[in-house]
Amino acid sequence: MSRKAVLEVRELETTFFSDSGKVAAVDRISFSIHEGEILAIVGESGCGKSVTSLSIMGLVPSPPGKITNGSILLNGKDISKFSDKQMRKIRGNEIAMIFQEPMTSLNPLFTIGNQLIEAVRIHHPKWSKKESTARAIEIMKLVGLPRAEQLINDYPHQLSGGMRQRVMIAMALVCNPKVLIADEPTTALDVTIQAQILKLMRDLNERLNTAVLLITHDLGVVAETCERVIVMYAGQIVEEAPVNEIFKNPQHPYTKGLIQSVPDMRYKKDTLYSIPGNVPKPGSILEGCRFAARCEYAFERCLTSNPPLYDASGAHRARCFLLDMEEGGISHVESAAES
Amino acid sequence: MLHYIGKRLLHLIPVLLGMTFLVFLIIRAIPGDPAQVILGQQATADAIAALRLKLGLDNPWYVQYFDYLKGIFTGNLGDSLRTRQPIASEIWPYLAATFELALFAMIIAVIIGVNAGIISAWFQNSWFDYMAMIIALIGVSMPIFWLGLMEQWAFSIQLGWLPTSGREEVRDPVTAITHFYLIDTLLHGRFDQFVDVIKHLILPGIALATIPTAIIARMTRASMLEVMRSDFVRTARAKGQKMFVVVYKHALKNALIPVLTVVGLQTGMLLGGAILTETIFSWPGIGRYIYEAIGFRDYPVIQSGILIVAFLFVMINLIVDILYTVIDSRIKYN
Repeated sequence: MSRKAVLEVRELETTFFSDSGKVAAVDRISFSIHEGEILAIVGESGCGKSVTSLSIMGLVPSPPGKITNGSILLNGKDISKFSDKQMRKIRGNEIAMIFQEPMTSLNPLFTIGNQLIEAVRIHHPKWSKKESTARAIEIMKLVGLPRAEQLINDYPHQLSGGMRQRVMIAMALVCNPKVLIADEPTTALDVTIQAQILKLMRDLNERLNTAVLLITHDLGVVAETCERVIVMYAGQIVEEAPVNEIFKNPQHPYTKGLIQSVPDMRYKKDTLYSIPGNVPKPGSILEGCRFAARCEYAFERCLTSNPPLYDASGAHRARCFLLDMEEGGISHVESAAES
Repeated sequence: MLHYIGKRLLHLIPVLLGMTFLVFLIIRAIPGDPAQVILGQQATADAIAALRLKLGLDNPWYVQYFDYLKGIFTGNLGDSLRTRQPIASEIWPYLAATFELALFAMIIAVIIGVNAGIISAWFQNSWFDYMAMIIALIGVSMPIFWLGLMEQWAFSIQLGWLPTSGREEVRDPVTAITHFYLIDTLLHGRFDQFVDVIKHLILPGIALATIPTAIIARMTRASMLEVMRSDFVRTARAKGQKMFVVVYKHALKNALIPVLTVVGLQTGMLLGGAILTETIFSWPGIGRYIYEAIGFRDYPVIQSGILIVAFLFVMINLIVDILYTVIDSRIKYN
């Protein structure tokens, strides 16, 4: 990748401490996202994708959660070591975030304008009310909100779900962040609105050159939007590849399972494929591959040691011993020691 | 909105009517005869009968009741049997005294209670949270008359910092205009008296504020804990907002409705006159006015006094309902 990495996550581990012990919800994951790129993190609920995004934002609920290892580099600076005061300058300004539930993510008791202008003025305290309002209206128009001048005086409940998500996107982009984290931005929306919001995010990504980290469980969304995909399972990255690669040539059995469980209109099947078993409870698998219990290809080695990420081809990597056994072009990209 | 207020005021009529009827019956169920009380133990039967005739006490109860209602609908609250003064003019100083004390106590209760609740929720399970909630628990379970006596013992008798009782320095009485002494002293430009009136307010104010403070603190904490988990609080933090602003702007406004309800109810109760507190601190308020009237079987004073208190209680709840719409534009009354 020739483009510069804006955000680099290295060996990130986020642990939750409770009376019954500690659990690494995110277990030493590393990835980077480049300028103007759309990167997706895919996985079932509980695989650690939301904790990853909250870790980047410095918003992991603490206690019980804590970043226990690794670094998060934003343009080379390690923000995981930042104080809350330093992080406040990053949040909403350099890294912004939108959430799953547009219905509840806006404060119901303040007008759209109030909340947008607030977002501007946190990071531009010297701007006048007029300048901030002008910026708010400008960004509302950019995200395709009609009648922005009137909408600014409306309360969230007067808007539809799709419009609210547009407001959320506007609020996130109002300070021109370098990275936008979108945590399941379309999950709560119906399909047509979903398509509109995804198109909007792609457009904005192209026009503003904002890198987007899209967190989703929906492979359909991934196929439509992203350039690169990371598949997470039980707190670990199990596969990472360009989007075409992952659909054409998935390497990890989990990824294969995910792709098979997407309904396809071209083939009529009586029952949709589903991966047998359940996501393991965090912290329950201590040795071996975390997917082994559900994997139809699992063999002895999978039960005793956790596979490292193997290079499959080019930018394609997967955490599976099957790759180790294939002939030629195999190299370890990280040691399997930790887990 | 005006339509709604009008409707609520119309609803007030049956409520107050029912209340006057109940009070009318109950006070007549108490043994004792106003004429006997007025004339004393030595009065002759003839004198008592003559006075009963004069006061209209010999009429059947329903005649007395309708006479009373007729008076109220023509704006006449009746005359006190004891002082022979019109109640409407006599009651105001007592009401003003109660208002002043109740508002003073509620201001203390709201400032301390709301902030303690917010900080407890913000730093849930911290030592502050534990301490505040233990104190609140003690506060709600505290017998107020005992607390009042302890305050007097500690701060007046032992330390001598504050006066034990009353509304004003008796040797230098306030010249009443509005009967709100804090206002009157300022109208006269008597700042020394103003300070003195505040000193008189502190002990009964704290005694009265104790239970409301504790209830408000617990309600604010519970309500804030729920709101702090909301998505929009996370959004506000994701914008880079300071935690203080997130808590006091975004969360508090959303947590305010149940708190406001409690504040309204507690204010209404304090306006009803805190008889115990007013007695301990010799506070010439409405609670004591009615309480003394009961001793004298002063039927008109009891009836009209309770009517006014009930009216105030309902009005405060109406104000609270209107304030809901100010806080939350989604609440609409049709």
